[in-house]
Amino acid sequence: MAPCVEELDYEILLSRTTFAECSKLIQKRCREIYFVAPGYKIFNIYLIGIPPLPIGIEGDHILIAYIKPCHGAFTLRIPGGGEIERIRKELKK
Amino acid sequence: MTKTALLALGCPEFPVQTSTAIYLAYKLQKHGITPVFAGNKSALLLVKVADPERHYYDGKMMNLDITIGALSTGKIDFDFCFVFVHSDSGIAYLASIHALSKGKMVAIVFGKCAEELTEQCKNICEHVLAEPVIHNPMPLKEQIDGVSTWLHV
Repeated sequence: MAPCVEELDYEILLSRTTFAECSKLIQKRCREIYFVAPGYKIFNIYLIGIPPLPIGIEGDHILIAYIKPCHGAFTLRIPGGGEIERIRKELKK
Repeated sequence: MTKTALLALGCPEFPVQTSTAIYLAYKLQKHGITPVFAGNKSALLLVKVADPERHYYDGKMMNLDITIGALSTGKIDFDFCFVFVHSDSGIAYLASIHALSKGKMVAIVFGKCAEELTEQCKNICEHVLAEPVIHNPMPLKEQIDGVSTWLHV
């Protein structure tokens, strides 16, 4: 089964744009940012983009750039749940 | 062991993609390389329906996101990765597959923004086949015919 973003309770902050614009927005909004390589798994999604890929933490939410082949790049704001602590542990600055 | 080639398809909005991909798969097979198509449902169905008896492709088909996952966990890799690029999303997939695979990377660039995208592709991978075509597959076909000169190098 393909990983599906539709299973997540996301908010779209930016839509149908470029990866660069999404990355810029995440870095502008979030004070806590981690950079990962393509293929990093978060919420059962493998992240796509031009490395390094930013993951932003904003309160109890996570911001990521999500790419759809037919619709461009989106910045999604997703309730972090246990992923925030996992990311902090894995990707300590 | 048989060599494999990933053919990562983008959004099938431009007719030239499916025709070029099937032709590339045919050429790869002639060189003893097994093609593996990856794309979204529509992109894969366009290939499948156009070649019901699999005369031109005899490889596998995989969902693009599952392919990225399998590459990132090391479950699969390919000797060659051909990534079809006609948008910024295509560049994102090209950069990601480049980061995840040890295979030889080739970008196949087409569509309205081919010129601008070609420059970005050149920053990512060595081999770029580019033509600003939307409907006519012949210019890309000619470039694919030239691929055989470096395919086994």
